[in-house]
Amino acid sequence: MAKMMYRDAVLTTIAEEMERDENVVVLGEDVVGGMGTPGGPEAIGGIWSTSTGLFGKFGADRVIDTPISESAIMGAAAGLALSGKRPIAELMFADFIGVSLDQIWNQIGKFRYMFGGKTKCPAVIRMAYGAGYNAAAQHSQSVHQILTGMPGLKVVMPTTPADVKGLLRQAIRDDDPVIFLEHKALYGVSGEVPDDKDYVIPFGHARLSRAGNDVTIVSTGLLLGFCEAVADKLAAEGIGCDVIDLRTTSPIDEEAILDSVEVTGRLVVVDEAPPRCSLAADICATVANKAFASLKAPPQAVNPPHTPVPFARELETAYLPSADKIEAAVRKVLAYR
Amino acid sequence: MQLSREALLRAYRQMKVIREFEERLHVDIQTGEIAGFTHLYCGQEAVAVGVCEHLSADDKIVSTHRGHGHCLAKGCDVNGMMKEIWGSRDGLCKGKGGSMHIADVDKGMLGANGIVGGGAPIAVGAGIAAKIDGKGAVSIAFSGDGACNQGTTFEAMNMAVVTKAATIFVFENNHYSEHTGFEYAVGTTKDIASRAEAFGMKVWRGDGTDFFSVYETMREVLEYVRVPGNGPAAVEFDTERFFGHFEGDPQRYRGPGELDRIRELRDCLKNFRKSVTDAKLLEHGDLDALDAEVLEAIEESVRQAKAAPRGTAEDVLTDVYISY
Repeated sequence: MAKMMYRDAVLTTIAEEMERDENVVVLGEDVVGGMGTPGGPEAIGGIWSTSTGLFGKFGADRVIDTPISESAIMGAAAGLALSGKRPIAELMFADFIGVSLDQIWNQIGKFRYMFGGKTKCPAVIRMAYGAGYNAAAQHSQSVHQILTGMPGLKVVMPTTPADVKGLLRQAIRDDDPVIFLEHKALYGVSGEVPDDKDYVIPFGHARLSRAGNDVTIVSTGLLLGFCEAVADKLAAEGIGCDVIDLRTTSPIDEEAILDSVEVTGRLVVVDEAPPRCSLAADICATVANKAFASLKAPPQAVNPPHTPVPFARELETAYLPSADKIEAAVRKVLAYR
Repeated sequence: MQLSREALLRAYRQMKVIREFEERLHVDIQTGEIAGFTHLYCGQEAVAVGVCEHLSADDKIVSTHRGHGHCLAKGCDVNGMMKEIWGSRDGLCKGKGGSMHIADVDKGMLGANGIVGGGAPIAVGAGIAAKIDGKGAVSIAFSGDGACNQGTTFEAMNMAVVTKAATIFVFENNHYSEHTGFEYAVGTTKDIASRAEAFGMKVWRGDGTDFFSVYETMREVLEYVRVPGNGPAAVEFDTERFFGHFEGDPQRYRGPGELDRIRELRDCLKNFRKSVTDAKLLEHGDLDALDAEVLEAIEESVRQAKAAPRGTAEDVLTDVYISY
């Protein structure tokens, strides 16, 4: 085990997989950075420092710096994947799916089914998402609810550096297209990661980060840490929470959620995307359908409000689900009847 | 460059297969037995065949919603395609794709595309892959005068130039983007090739109703793009669409006598026949024999399509990694 930041887990895993398989290529805006400038290649090395040094190590054929052309980036990833490569395309901000969605949604996600199952499209589309940087409405969104709703795409949302390694490696080796969502407020978080260069985490397997018998809390990404803090606080009061880190939203580990709710009878889902048609709403509905008899209280969803992400510090803080809001939801399900 | 007798016969046969495939669909669609939207390629055969006769399975093509001709020219199975369009589970895509989504990746056919302008970026990826592999393979992005107005096509052209992708943008200008005239929809330049030129590509132009014009033009284009490091190129072929945008289109936008005129003067099969018989390269009898053989092959494909098994509710849920 080694201690590593979330962003370094991304970079290390990409480098290891590029080393292992020459078909793995990286493309995106400024993934090299500095091209065509006096500073020269790698003057930047990726704005998230998740591709630093790859250009020098693997060369221009495999680390492809692109113009700001998100449709063409995603389309190029599609064409590379259909031609035997394993592209890792970086969409600098998840919010930019707006200008590239046709390629992700109508093309990449549909090839396998639409072409009768004979076509593999092993593309990884990485994107930085989430609030916490005061980057406002067009650079702070959580877009998983849109992408999770699209058949054909696997959607991954790692929370810890170790999970980044295991899940990103699985994504790169997977024969289906994978959306890999990296929370930008987690890039600087450190954690222990396995050294094993074949360490993979299969999709659809949630991680139990806290165990308890009174309430089930489901989340992933930045907000998972808030959930853990709430669970730790309540543990001191003798209240036990299962905190489930989903890791992947499609496929989803329904079993882990249902098994937990069967014991606790109480569910709180914490989600960084707006409330309507959200991951939280979806999980609450699933539990209501499939574990109705176990429920001791109505499931609670904790989402931001149905507004764009605001800019100012106080506004963004008020917008995001907080530990206080999560704790209130947990106490609400505990107090029911 | 003189084509061999075999090559001439093969080219004619390929064009004739596309023609009869489409003419037959035009008839059968009117019976209501074929579901969905169908966009016929009839009239543009010289482009698909004049391009694809130069290609091997290592070369990739990306097609359009008007894709039957490109698929057939690139080697997709006639019977598999007919079954697909008829919606059989034995179709090339198990009846899940249909007319607008036929693909056969093993043959280098990366897909017809229901989204106008959806294909060009994908072709750039295939062209980058070809460049990386360095074996002289290329990718072709077929686009029409409609797709030439999509931002995706512009992004793709610039990306191809920047990355030196081994990609050829083949623009088939049939003068109609759906139901709107080329003169109206393509601003200022009034041609497509000059747009590609503005992105820094070498461009060619040819007559898309003349197989020999397409074939000879593509020989030059391919000679250029197959050289590692040269990057992309573009070519515009002026051509004709014999049917409407989709089957059922009343075509009220056509001028008086227009369809008769283009069928008479701009038919690539008639033009081919005249060229090769005038030059005494082939006899009318050679071509008549092929005509009969192709008609029977299409008839057989329809027989097979009508008899082919239909999909079931279980088939809906296959070829996905998960269903909920």
